[in-house]
Amino acid sequence: MKETFDVAIVGAGPAGVSAAYILAGAGKKVIVLERGEHPGSKNVSGGVLYGHDLAQIIPDYFEKGCPIERNIVESRLWYLAKDSGFSVSYRDRAFDAERKYNAFTVSRAKFDRWYADQARRKGALIVPSTVVTDLIRDNAGAVTGVITQREDGEVRAKVTLLADGINSPLAARTGFRPEPKPEQVALAVKEVINLPIEVISERFGISEDEGVTIEILGEVTEGMDGVAFIYTNHSSLSLGIGANLADFATYKRKPYELIENLKQHPMVAPLISGGKSMEYIAHWLAEGGYDAIPKLFGDGYLIAGDSAMLFNTLHREGNNLAMASGKMAAETILEALKLRDYSKSGLKSYGDRLSRSFIMKDLKKYRRLGNYLYRNKDIFTQLSGVASFSAREIITVNGISKKDKERLILEKICRDMSIPRIVRLIWQGWRATR
Amino acid sequence: MSVSVQDKLFLDRFKVDEVSHLRIIDNKKCIDECRDQACLYLCPANVYRVEKDCITVNYEGCLECGSCRIGCAKLNIEWRFPKGGYGVSHKFG
Repeated sequence: MKETFDVAIVGAGPAGVSAAYILAGAGKKVIVLERGEHPGSKNVSGGVLYGHDLAQIIPDYFEKGCPIERNIVESRLWYLAKDSGFSVSYRDRAFDAERKYNAFTVSRAKFDRWYADQARRKGALIVPSTVVTDLIRDNAGAVTGVITQREDGEVRAKVTLLADGINSPLAARTGFRPEPKPEQVALAVKEVINLPIEVISERFGISEDEGVTIEILGEVTEGMDGVAFIYTNHSSLSLGIGANLADFATYKRKPYELIENLKQHPMVAPLISGGKSMEYIAHWLAEGGYDAIPKLFGDGYLIAGDSAMLFNTLHREGNNLAMASGKMAAETILEALKLRDYSKSGLKSYGDRLSRSFIMKDLKKYRRLGNYLYRNKDIFTQLSGVASFSAREIITVNGISKKDKERLILEKICRDMSIPRIVRLIWQGWRATR
Repeated sequence: MSVSVQDKLFLDRFKVDEVSHLRIIDNKKCIDECRDQACLYLCPANVYRVEKDCITVNYEGCLECGSCRIGCAKLNIEWRFPKGGYGVSHKFG
């Protein structure tokens, strides 16, 4: 391609498309290169999206036909032992009224395609089925475009935005972001399980367009640092489980066996009963937190979204961080184009924007959390076991006095964990999220 | 419990390239030097399998997560994205 663009964007996910939408809307010449046969065909997430950050880019997304599966009105948190578990849930009418679309589920294959179409309508050129294999640099090392796999595939641009997701061989090759270490990512697998609309509504106690999310912690990850989830789509459930990649290697567990075992759990099985799996996919989650974030901009380039390792593990927020960082990248690029300064110093305000925003504030707040969970595996095993034992004993009516039951529970705690250990876990957990 | 990952992969849509996008750089290393052989466990699509005295790469079912690339203790896997438009293509995502 001989023409020069104002901006070349690698990847048509939430980060790249958000930036493309804003830049094209401001009249800039934008090209988005996507390796999938259409935007969304390679993209994976649990499937929960947040309305706030989408509205920052497209305020009338609902009117524009955003393909929403279900509006989340209830969030559940499960803490499971092998054959048992606790459930905490929160439902609020506000999420059906003034806070509607705070969170909603989407099919990424449909949503990302719709989202890219919105950017296309603003004038962005979206080129699918195109892998970016390298960056073009000038003599001083500044990025001046990208090289694609296509014949005559050089694309020159004043600024390049790298939004190619967490698994980026381009990053590894060009060195703009170091390859993640196995313990800095979680590997998650997900199945989409079809069920009739009314069955989903009945099982979760919701109407046709309302949805529920369930986050699951405990023995389902078989000792590994990880989480599972169940999210309601319109006529399917997303069932997923993930664990630290280094743990998969150490524990010698297979992801597809893990998800099969999850399906057998007495709290999971009734929800998916009779359902038919329609798809099985896999993806990484950035677990490295604040300390794994690479240098986010340099001469001629910026990095946004998953590619920049922007992911909040505790609150399973990723898409919104991608959209918000994509927006900030676009705003920075607009300034740089105006001043015709595409150097590192011309793009510097991107770092300031991120630091001032919730993105860096949140990731900083939880910077110790990843390490805390990775190092304290008993949270996923002994602790859930002890908690379940205690609940079972207290609830069982069998002629044993409550005092004796307390003694039994204390003995179990001392045998499996110890009181100081539990106190330390709680204390460290509190500190890790301050 | 033994699970057939093959049944799961049958659910997915793939456009398979004739050329593999994954390559073991030195198979001898896998057999002689690699004790853990993590690729046999952590790959969600069971792409890597031991056959006789080497590890085979069944790239056709690759879900493109990248885990083998960074999970291989010997960094012995050459990993590219499939050609544009090829590989797995999500129906739902």
